[in-house]
Amino acid sequence: MIQYITRRMFMAIPVLFGILLVTFALARLIPGDPCRAILGEKATDAVCERFIHERGLDKPIPVQFGVYLKEIIRGDFGRSIRYSLPVTRLLVERLPTTVELSFAALTLSLIIGIPLGIISAVRHNSWIDVLTMMWANAGVSMPVFWLGLMLAYIFSLVLKDTPFWLPPSGRVSPGISTAAFYDVWGLSVYGQGLGVAILNFLSRLNILNAILSGNWKLLGDSIKHLILPAVALSTIPMALIARMTRSSMLEVLGQDYIRTARAKGLAKRMVILKHAFRNSLLPLVTVIGLSLGSLLGGAVLTETIFGLSGLGRTLYDAITARDYVIVQSFTVVIAIFFVILNLIVDVSYAYLDPRIKLD
Amino acid sequence: MACETHLTRVWLILVSNEVERVVTKNNAAPLLEIKHLKTHFFTEDGVVRAVDGVDLQVFPGEVVGLVGESGCGKSVTSLSIMQLISAPGKIVAGEITFEGQNLLELSEKEMMKIRGDRISMIFQQPQTSLNPVFQAGDQVAEVFRIHQKLQDEEAWEQAVELFRMVGIPAPERRAKSYPHEMSGGMAQRVMIAMALALRPNLLVADEPTTALDVTIQAQIIQLIQDLRKEVGAAVILITHDLGVVAEMAERVAVMYAGQIVEMTDVISLFDKTFHPYTQGLIGSIPVLGKVKERLEVIPGSVPNLVDLPPGCRFAPRCRARMEYGLDLCTKVEPQLIEYQPGHQVRCWLYQDTEEYKAPLKDRG
Ligand SMILES: Nc1ncnc2c1ncn2[C@@H]1O[C@H](COP(=O)(O)OP(=O)(O)O)[C@@H](O)[C@H]1O
Ligand code: SF4
Ligand SMILES: [Mg+2]
Repeated sequence: MIQYITRRMFMAIPVLFGILLVTFALARLIPGDPCRAILGEKATDAVCERFIHERGLDKPIPVQFGVYLKEIIRGDFGRSIRYSLPVTRLLVERLPTTVELSFAALTLSLIIGIPLGIISAVRHNSWIDVLTMMWANAGVSMPVFWLGLMLAYIFSLVLKDTPFWLPPSGRVSPGISTAAFYDVWGLSVYGQGLGVAILNFLSRLNILNAILSGNWKLLGDSIKHLILPAVALSTIPMALIARMTRSSMLEVLGQDYIRTARAKGLAKRMVILKHAFRNSLLPLVTVIGLSLGSLLGGAVLTETIFGLSGLGRTLYDAITARDYVIVQSFTVVIAIFFVILNLIVDVSYAYLDPRIKLD
Repeated sequence: MACETHLTRVWLILVSNEVERVVTKNNAAPLLEIKHLKTHFFTEDGVVRAVDGVDLQVFPGEVVGLVGESGCGKSVTSLSIMQLISAPGKIVAGEITFEGQNLLELSEKEMMKIRGDRISMIFQQPQTSLNPVFQAGDQVAEVFRIHQKLQDEEAWEQAVELFRMVGIPAPERRAKSYPHEMSGGMAQRVMIAMALALRPNLLVADEPTTALDVTIQAQIIQLIQDLRKEVGAAVILITHDLGVVAEMAERVAVMYAGQIVEMTDVISLFDKTFHPYTQGLIGSIPVLGKVKERLEVIPGSVPNLVDLPPGCRFAPRCRARMEYGLDLCTKVEPQLIEYQPGHQVRCWLYQDTEEYKAPLKDRG
């Protein structure tokens, strides 16, 4: 198994190289003049010339790519043109928002979508099934911005001054301490290294940080802030997962081995949860992986509505501002997520299905 | 129905095995008694009367063959015994008495205790009947975990022991393999191990060899033969191969369109075949030494179980009806009667009514 995982990881390297090449090229293909996009329409030619020279944008494209690759390998994503900040720092600041939101949305989709899918399949053609599938079909085509605005309207305005009120934007209420867990533990963490960046990153995952540092106030407050955007974001993957679970469960329930399991005296519930579910997980794993991938990269609308500056929002701003550096590096990060998720999906497949050959 | 078995071989088998056969123990109480069982499927196209008034008795320790063309309701009968009919199917009438209890009156929980313990089943497709994601040994061990509440290790040891019993080489290693790593014959051995694990009193074998190679078929039949004697289980052997029936069964029930049309001991079935359908089945076995132009295949096809013809279900295909010019056949349904001691038949050739005289009533 370990050998299989290692081999799969090596196989991911050319894919990553390809991704780097494509994102690099795409960023250069976006029409428009980066200098004037950054410095404004009124920037003089002289100013622009100096700007482009400083950023290395006047070098031949292959040289630019070589430089870019070298820096990436060193863990340096360059400096943002727009924010004049190292991209790594931007990532450490903004990625946690997206990661937290995506995982919350995925968790919601799984804990609701899977049981609903199973029940629909088991009670095939019952009213539960019909309702669930109607709801799932609506969910897939639900405009996220509309749902987000409605949720914000209901829970932040209509239910104001009730215990059901939920905050409409941001990640924590003012006045709540978000002290990093390592500070609470009394560790002294400073410097610029990768380790520090990772610790920083982890401490900005508010829920994780709250648990690690025993800050229950922060935990409650973060969860409150997370509910609305997570619900909005989870609709589509939840609907997809419910549909997928149902259809794969329906197929599995018709298989001969289900009849065998019943014939040996196993309770129907156990047959479903053990024999059927394990088999129906196989196609589901792919959907879960893809859903998480698109959640991480595609939360722009949700992030905008709920005032969260995460990955999607930053990327969107960068595109309108023609900030090549950010566009490139964030795309690469999202692509790396996809590659990692793919790897996890493949490995889970091999783990779940003994028929898959490991060599 | 083209059987590969030669009629002569059937006879050789019958003669050689004769001594060993248990003659129907009319004095013993039946282990299983099915009365007027009806299992229907309520589909969009109408009610499929898959099993429509089946009567069948199985005595302790005997092998009863259940034969008939594909689609006549053999599998539905066996699944009804196990109470594993699911929607849109439903058992709509009848009784299934097993060891004195009417199974149709039991709760699902009580039925669960019987399945896999006192009645168990093996199926036609051994490879797809095993769960692809669990080790074969684990699936056998599960029976001990369910019914005897054994712990994992103990159940596993028992499973390995059963693998040895059903003749799987290197049982410790084989128990760890997955179904896709096994041949059909080996998978059927695993299924047999699973079915006989708790020494059931009744084994329902639904076409256990149909999907296997001819050489493997013989081995599996032999294995079932040996083990059922050792375990002391009665067997309902479902097949459409009369050769297999001749080899194993003591009594045979012939099924047509959801009903039993003839039932007797295996010798009489071949020796004194009464029902025209059974005659057709036996006639379609190739005869050694005689090159027939064409096998004597029963003309026509199995009726649609939704719109059954009135009268005898076999009437549209029956030559005897034409020969004897029987009008009653297409009007009134014949009943399954005991025409001779231990030999039941459902046909107007042998059955009088007040105003009707059956042509072959006194033949036997
Ligand atoms: N789930 C089902 N839904 C509708 N009809 C069914 C179903 N299962 C079996 N049948 C019908 O019942 C009849 C008997 O089937 P079966 O018992 O499987 O035949 P066989 O004798 O070949 O085992 C067939 O006509 C089949 O179409
Ligand atoms: S009852 Fe009539 S149609 Fe039916 S099998 Fe007998 S002779 Fe043929
Ligand atoms: Mg069948």
